[in-house]
Amino acid sequence: MADQVSLTVDGKKRKVAADPRTPLLYILRDDLELNSPHFGCGLGQCGACTVQIDGKPVRSCVTPASAAEGKTVTTLIGLGTPEHPHPIQAAYIEEQTPQCGYCISGWMMTAAALLKEKPHPTDAEIREALAGLKCRCGTHMAIMRAVKRAAAMNV
Amino acid sequence: MNAHTAASRRQLLQGMGALVVLISAPAEVLAQTAKITDGLPHPAELDSWIAIAADGKVTAFFGKPDVGLGVEMAIAQIVAEELDVPLDRVSIVMADTKRTCDQGGVSGSTGVQLGGAMLRGAAAEARRLLVEQASVKLGVATDKLEVRDGVVSVIGAPRKKVTYAQLIKGGRFDAKLDWNGKTGNTLLATGKAKPKTPDQYRLVGTSPKRRDIPGKVHGTYPYAADYRPPGMLHGRTIQPPVAGAKPVSVDEASIARFSRAKVLRKGDFIGVVAPREWDAIQAARTLKVTWSQGPSPLFDSETLYDHIRKAPVVKREVVQNLGAVDETLKGGGLLVEAEYEWPFQTHASMGPGCAVADVRPDGITLWNPSQKTFATAQGVAKLLGRPVESVHSIYVQGPGSYGRNDAGDACADAAVMSSLAGKPVRVQWMRADGHGWDPKGAASIHEVRAAIGADGKMAAYDYLSKGVNRMDVNTFEQDPQDFLAGQRLGFPNTPTPNFGTPEDSYVVPNRRMAWETIPKLMEGASPLRTSHLRDPLGPQIHFASESFIDECAAAAKADPVAFRLAHIQAPRHRAVIEAAAKAANWKAGPPGARRGGSGSTVTGTGFAYANRGQTIVAVVSEVEVDKTTGRVWPRRFWVAHECGLVINPDNLKLVIEGNVVHGASRALFEEVKFDADNVTTTDWISYPILGMEDAPETMEMVLLNRPDLPPSGAGEPSTRPVAAAIANAIYDATGARMRRAPFTRQRMKAALAKA
Repeated sequence: MADQVSLTVDGKKRKVAADPRTPLLYILRDDLELNSPHFGCGLGQCGACTVQIDGKPVRSCVTPASAAEGKTVTTLIGLGTPEHPHPIQAAYIEEQTPQCGYCISGWMMTAAALLKEKPHPTDAEIREALAGLKCRCGTHMAIMRAVKRAAAMNV
Repeated sequence: MNAHTAASRRQLLQGMGALVVLISAPAEVLAQTAKITDGLPHPAELDSWIAIAADGKVTAFFGKPDVGLGVEMAIAQIVAEELDVPLDRVSIVMADTKRTCDQGGVSGSTGVQLGGAMLRGAAAEARRLLVEQASVKLGVATDKLEVRDGVVSVIGAPRKKVTYAQLIKGGRFDAKLDWNGKTGNTLLATGKAKPKTPDQYRLVGTSPKRRDIPGKVHGTYPYAADYRPPGMLHGRTIQPPVAGAKPVSVDEASIARFSRAKVLRKGDFIGVVAPREWDAIQAARTLKVTWSQGPSPLFDSETLYDHIRKAPVVKREVVQNLGAVDETLKGGGLLVEAEYEWPFQTHASMGPGCAVADVRPDGITLWNPSQKTFATAQGVAKLLGRPVESVHSIYVQGPGSYGRNDAGDACADAAVMSSLAGKPVRVQWMRADGHGWDPKGAASIHEVRAAIGADGKMAAYDYLSKGVNRMDVNTFEQDPQDFLAGQRLGFPNTPTPNFGTPEDSYVVPNRRMAWETIPKLMEGASPLRTSHLRDPLGPQIHFASESFIDECAAAAKADPVAFRLAHIQAPRHRAVIEAAAKAANWKAGPPGARRGGSGSTVTGTGFAYANRGQTIVAVVSEVEVDKTTGRVWPRRFWVAHECGLVINPDNLKLVIEGNVVHGASRALFEEVKFDADNVTTTDWISYPILGMEDAPETMEMVLLNRPDLPPSGAGEPSTRPVAAAIANAIYDATGARMRRAPFTRQRMKAALAKA
């Protein structure tokens, strides 16, 4: 297959032989073995597949890989490391937020983008930014606490 | 268990730490699991439960998985506590048919309740044996020895000591346990040791943080969906557009343009595989199948409750019949009657079912997120006509399951496809498969009547549930008929009809509680096949019973909490009810007395309580109702929860919080709809769930710790009173009584118009 996609993922330049129309999710998961974005619906409705492209959260299950061509893609792995976690990662651990954790990319990548734009969001702004994401374990209140804790780390 | 097995299990552990391997490197697990071919752990051997390596690291083998509620940590706390070793020295190997005994899987909130009891005893027995060995080695009687951090020392002479590692030297205990002969949830094998008493606890009752969470937030925690054995194909399952339709012909040429995509067909089962996932998805969408034409198998879900009401009764069971119910109901007094309706609900896990199967002539490996690791192995073996010993089923976490979701179905599909393809196959269902075809929670109506006497108490009480059988497919999927693939392959589905009645401790002198089931809505592989959904039947049954108690209190112009307490003597139940009322600063008065708000937004507070086995929960809900839009916001909750001994209080609170939010989602939003042909709520738009915009603002928790009582489970009980607490709060706020769930905006507005 002559088709190729070139993108920067979590700080590394990657080239993948694939049809550029393939949704980014499958390139990340199956070709690059970056497993944190999950397949949830394939319809852009739940957010489990969320990554950031140039800092903006996108639903990778409905985003063709070509849309990330030449751009910077960030998954949870690139958001922070255990040694240097992103505030939202540190806050998630501190609050013991996830249960199954399958939906986690949607909430964390969206919250990280929110905190960059608005370092000290109000409750209403957090709810609005995170509306539409799905969590089946019912951890919404723990997510809220984590986002507020992460915001408190933003000085 | 033979010695060879124990040795290989031990070799497997040495130098790597099984848990660490599981969390960080699927490929290594693949390599390691391939080595285990030589026998199975036996419940009557202590070595099947506890291993101590030469470096002192402890591995406990737990025959249930942790689906994300933190059971792994609770078990580690229990084991570390009984052994007196530091928590970080204990790893837990969970649910693996070759490495752990069959403790039944995730089931009925029994992880800590039953599974933990087994491990507690095994760890205590291991400690007893080690202390005995130390006694010989140190020449000091056992009662003069103490253990701390895996070091046995002489009381008052701490320099005289020996470590567990020095005693066992990486070897075996070679000790027998007294096994009750059972496998599954009730498996119990005990030693001679007496476990600690709660006053001796140092770790149990504290809240160390879960160990799966760092990997989850850093994107490195492996889920079943992440396994990719060499040569693996991606599979998708083809579901018929009309339920019950059978494939007449399949046009394989229709998917020729997708690279190496292939149709796999066996009987009425059709799958598509391809080396690349996107090719498999597109091929599955494109594949032309001619389906059989027949009469529509179902009807419009708008008529569901009429259907249930009119349907013949397949089975009736009277669970309780005290005194003279009919006579008392007719004999005067204040008669209260109501009927409640609850729809089918879907598991709709965050990811649709996904599993990986590698079916080879010499053995079968399943990377399986089903809650029932062992049962799936049995079911798959029978499905493929292979001996169960040839199946190695390994639990790997999937999207959270709260009962029997579609994980086992995907696992069976993967096994069928792998057997046909001759290669490992990873099957993931698509979203419409999950919402459309996963096992459903049962729909029902509940008719309740009571007569209130001159003393303001219920003189008679008559409760009837009538619904679809709650368990068309068994949560223990040990039989092919319990898989969708099995049904498609012609295994006849012969469920035992079952439903239920409330669990509470109200004392009414004349009380009848009964249930009835109706015929299956359709024969064959049904998109409405029912199975366990978190707290099976709990939400619907107690929505009815606890709403009804409120209706009785309203009729008697009594305070709902006082009315409940007037009928309850059981001290534990009273304590929970009183604790919730106190936490919520409950303002006494009949339903309606706590009404507040202004303009179009009104507020109210409702109460509900129930027990689930030995666990008792009371929930106070404060809602805001927007009379213009019909939106109900369950803004604040207070929960009192008593489940015996609390192992990890912080995690318990999080588990309860998840239950209550899940319960609120089901009460306010969730309803499976269908038309004459099939389920129509096949995505998150048509099947909405509670989102961040409607999440509660606060939830205060009172945990009534009872160290004198064994832990009784917390994964489900707090789900059951939530719908009634919300409905009672809505009534308090508006005077509108919600008797049909979910309480959607449309239904709320309609009820307000009538109130």
